[in-house]
Amino acid sequence: MVQEAVTHPFSKYLREEMMPHIWCAGCGNGIVLNCFVHALDELKADLDKLVVVSGIGCIGRTAGYTNTASFHTTHGRSIAFATGVKLANPELDVVIVSGDGDLFAIGGNHFIHAARRNIGIKVICANNFNYGMTGGQLGPTTPLEALTTTSPYGNSEHPFNLVHLAAAAGASYVARWTTLHVRRLTQSIKRLMQKEGFCFIEVISPCPEIFGRRNKMRSGLEMMEWFRKASVVENFSDPAKADITPDRIVVGEFVDIEKMSYEKLFHEKIAQINEKAMEKMS
Amino acid sequence: MSIKRSLLTGAHFLNGDVACAEGAIAAGCRFFAGYPITPATEIAEHLSERMPEFGGIYIQMEDEIASMAAVIGASYAGLKSMTATSGPGFSLMQENIGLAVMTETPCVVVDIMRGGPSTGQPTLPGQQDVMQAKWGSHGDYEIIALAPCSVQEMFSLTVEAFNLSETYRVPVLLLGDEIVAHMYEKVVIPPPDKLRIVNRKKPHVPSKDYQPFMPEEDFVPPMASFGEGYRFHATGLTHDEHGYPKTQSSEVQARLVRRLCDKIRRNVDKIVRVEEIMTEDADVVVVSYGIVARSALSAVRKARAAGIKAGFLRPITLWPFPEKQVAKAAARAKVIVVPEMNCGQLVREVERVAKSTPVSFLSKLGEDPHTPTEIFEAIKRGI
Repeated sequence: MVQEAVTHPFSKYLREEMMPHIWCAGCGNGIVLNCFVHALDELKADLDKLVVVSGIGCIGRTAGYTNTASFHTTHGRSIAFATGVKLANPELDVVIVSGDGDLFAIGGNHFIHAARRNIGIKVICANNFNYGMTGGQLGPTTPLEALTTTSPYGNSEHPFNLVHLAAAAGASYVARWTTLHVRRLTQSIKRLMQKEGFCFIEVISPCPEIFGRRNKMRSGLEMMEWFRKASVVENFSDPAKADITPDRIVVGEFVDIEKMSYEKLFHEKIAQINEKAMEKMS
Repeated sequence: MSIKRSLLTGAHFLNGDVACAEGAIAAGCRFFAGYPITPATEIAEHLSERMPEFGGIYIQMEDEIASMAAVIGASYAGLKSMTATSGPGFSLMQENIGLAVMTETPCVVVDIMRGGPSTGQPTLPGQQDVMQAKWGSHGDYEIIALAPCSVQEMFSLTVEAFNLSETYRVPVLLLGDEIVAHMYEKVVIPPPDKLRIVNRKKPHVPSKDYQPFMPEEDFVPPMASFGEGYRFHATGLTHDEHGYPKTQSSEVQARLVRRLCDKIRRNVDKIVRVEEIMTEDADVVVVSYGIVARSALSAVRKARAAGIKAGFLRPITLWPFPEKQVAKAAARAKVIVVPEMNCGQLVREVERVAKSTPVSFLSKLGEDPHTPTEIFEAIKRGI
């Protein structure tokens, strides 16, 4: 019997001509993209108003995979680029999907200043604890003592606690989930998309091929098992106490506050100036 | 503060940085991202006041890397965009200038040259970024760089820089120096209808047929903005006409990089501008640019008065280098004199095209540009 060709219900959100994707078996990036797309679908997002921006790294290919206007920037500069986009056209929804090295090592300065300004761009960070694309070097989120290709004797650097950093820098919305928490992550992305101001979600994502295999978690399943055992949901707990350890990954929403966004403050100022100019002319 | 939502049409006494900022406004620039740096800061200060009067954006970024990235973002969102800096900041911008080349982003980068290397002489003039302007970002590319020699040109060449950037979808550099930026001169700003303003080509096909990097006959693809319904992708990776990465294809790499260069190489006659005075019969031709050209013209006139057949050739576009014009002048001259405020940068290009005509280089570093007398003496030595 001839079967009718069926298109995937979410194919409209993806550039099918870009498939297959580059991600390894067991990688969590596909889950991040999946949750993002589900959130867009549930929100009935206007794809013509959406701009997806990425930096460099495995997850950085997301911009190319989503069927929206998209831009793949230089390493670390997605937030600075997105700042220009959002200010130039505040009607656009500007979402960044990028990695921990891109956003917090080379791009760390842009992250804290965008959060401080509270500019309305939305950042989803896949944190896989290392530089996957270049073959597994240590990064700003690599746990102490972890083995990577550039910490062969164990990592001696203290890692960032990203949710604490984002909260301290002034973000309006801060959450952390793992790729095991697909339902909560999807709901959290919806919240991120709807909120005013700078919003940030960290997604702990498995990288078994590059990070896991050097750290006694050879498969995606083993990494997910770690997330299952270690993660505890503690909504609105103190992000300063949310350091990631082998035994404990605090997940949940940490910050959800109302604060005027930078673009709104700036454009209100422009409107006032325009009014004065009109008064002067009349 | 009084609000002036119009061009400053008329004659004014301005410094070069302010004239540049007014040129940007006149050209239709509505987005400025920058970081304070001497001697370009006054451009940012003036635009922080003027941009909002026109509904435009001024943002002070956390550094020059961010400034350049934001400029590219704003241009893709549809606004004419610029940044302004000096040597150290120009160095930081280089990677994203390459991104602007690769993603064919119209934008203007003003570099007010001071003495380097490194922090160097923040308040003093230099012409030391000429080669960095051409070769500063990695990979093969061509670039357009304009060199104003007066406050009037800080205005008019800024307008021209925007027009070129919009015509060819390229970043255009304005290479001023500390003196043209900080000195005050008379500037005449024309009425808006007397200004030639160019806007980028827009696509005329539906979204599904739009290929963001498919060139037309002039090698330049029409450009859609974010939010106009064209769901296109752009990347700094080697990409095909759809904008999709094709990093393993030597064919796509060659086609893309050659076209990016050809946009400028094959349009060179439309882009290049020089000013020539008395070169037709000149035995000695002085090739100079920026503030140094002012002394050079004075020296050439002095030489003519002394009976020496001297000529003046000023590249207004440093890049692409005016090869034909310099070669032509060199072919009939006995010697070429090149005064520069560096250890020898544009003189290399002059030597390259001058062939057998001897080139005499006159280097000056530090506080002052060459005096007319110094250049006059060099002309006499050449003869």
